[in-house]
Amino acid sequence: MAQPVIGVLALQGDVREHLEMLAGLGVTATAVRSEQQLGGVDALVIPGGESTTMWRLAGTFGLLDPLRERVRAGMPAYGSCAGMILLADRLHDAAAGQQTIGGIDVTVRRNAFGRQVDSFEADLDFPALADGAPIHAVFIRAPWVEDVGAGVEVLARVPAAPAAGEEGGPAAGRIVAVRQGSLLATSFHPELSGDPRVHALFLDIVTESVEGKG
Amino acid sequence: MTSPVTPNPAAATPASPSAAVENTPRVGTARVKRGMAEMLKGGVIMDVVTADQARIAENAGAVAVMALERVPADIRAHGGIARMSDPDMVDSIVSAVSIPVMAKARIGHFVEARVLEAIGVDYVDESEVLTPADEAHHIDKWAFTVPFVCGATDLGEALRRLSEGAAMIRSKGEAGTGNVVEATRHMRAIRSSIRALTRMEEQELYAAAKELRAPIELVREVASLGKLPVVLFTAGGIATPADAAMMMQLGAEGVFVGSGIFKSGDPAKRAAAIVAAVTHHDSPDVVAKVSRGLGEAMVGLNVADLPADQRYATRGW
Repeated sequence: MAQPVIGVLALQGDVREHLEMLAGLGVTATAVRSEQQLGGVDALVIPGGESTTMWRLAGTFGLLDPLRERVRAGMPAYGSCAGMILLADRLHDAAAGQQTIGGIDVTVRRNAFGRQVDSFEADLDFPALADGAPIHAVFIRAPWVEDVGAGVEVLARVPAAPAAGEEGGPAAGRIVAVRQGSLLATSFHPELSGDPRVHALFLDIVTESVEGKG
Repeated sequence: MTSPVTPNPAAATPASPSAAVENTPRVGTARVKRGMAEMLKGGVIMDVVTADQARIAENAGAVAVMALERVPADIRAHGGIARMSDPDMVDSIVSAVSIPVMAKARIGHFVEARVLEAIGVDYVDESEVLTPADEAHHIDKWAFTVPFVCGATDLGEALRRLSEGAAMIRSKGEAGTGNVVEATRHMRAIRSSIRALTRMEEQELYAAAKELRAPIELVREVASLGKLPVVLFTAGGIATPADAAMMMQLGAEGVFVGSGIFKSGDPAKRAAAIVAAVTHHDSPDVVAKVSRGLGEAMVGLNVADLPADQRYATRGW
């Protein structure tokens, strides 16, 4: 079978960084702004950005239901930050009326780590990644996963004691990367830190999913 | 004191071998500051003066709001000294919406910027729309945890702001006029200077840096990237969906709309239309569709008729 086509949802956000990350892994990815373009891809990356803006634009351009149908039908998807929010089944601190695409049986809290002055970078253990080395993660007004359903695999957490010699604050131990079937989500932005391993993991998931369908 | 020019954060190596040190989370890094602006790309940032307007902006799909006491058109009409907004007013907007909130400090007024940082705004705009507080120095933006966006009329000005630590640039345009001509001029100037740098030989970059009055390291970085190392938005005079789409086609990565929304006939509808036009800026069909029935646009000003001392774009050094 031909190489699967990966799309990046291009309503708003750091679309280019995801496209470049995928290009670096030898995959030609394409921007998705319409239902027709969505129909032409086998898997989808939902970028970082403003989740409320993406949700409204998806509604305005008639993409929300097609996105839900594709995800329900098994299309692999990876969301970073706002993308994680859009893939969550449930939200805390959502904007009034805010809906998601859903698919991952988790509750995600928006802006959980605080405002921009609280945005941070840190190393995380993420054993599912190639070579098992920690990943340098960039969190920007990031969400975290508050609770997970039975079918959800927790892939990474914020370290228990965020700073040496400090007690863990409310952020300590929070879940920041999850997988359920062919859906993957991270609170942080691997597309900003140059480490391609999360995207590589997603491409493995896409390959598995395509082969599984045989 | 200025910090060294930081390399493109996206190009930096991911994990350093000194894992023990790296385990400490770090806030206020160049990557976190510039990264915040990356998340705003393809979006519209709207000026709002009340919590109600902020909610209208959020409902229309704004990626962020700019909290201020008067939109630029009213600052022009009102005259006098324009300053940072009342912290109570900024607070009321911060608590009204879940999207990022920006606020303006006067050029060079590092204490206003500290106040805004303490309130918890997500981005500080060191803005020519307010009356400058220092005629020689801009704020040393490296010294802050909160990131800054600054205006620029040309590439040299953009690079000087970057050298001071700005994490995002917006072309200035001429705020509060509803006239897009200056925004066009500034976007074209910035983009054409960048293109010129990409065609230069290494030796020529030194002379270019001198002409641009910008650090050679930044000039070299722009020459090799073919773009600014930070996100570039447009501001100043954008009043219609077509204005916004044109700015995107001229190379803006997003737009600020100031007076254009809440000085128009139907702010909620116009705001949503501008948001849609930015996403689909390359689709005339979409821009046409959203441009219908928006009611009256703000009344514009002819920039050529403005006396020199009322041109905000000339503020900044």
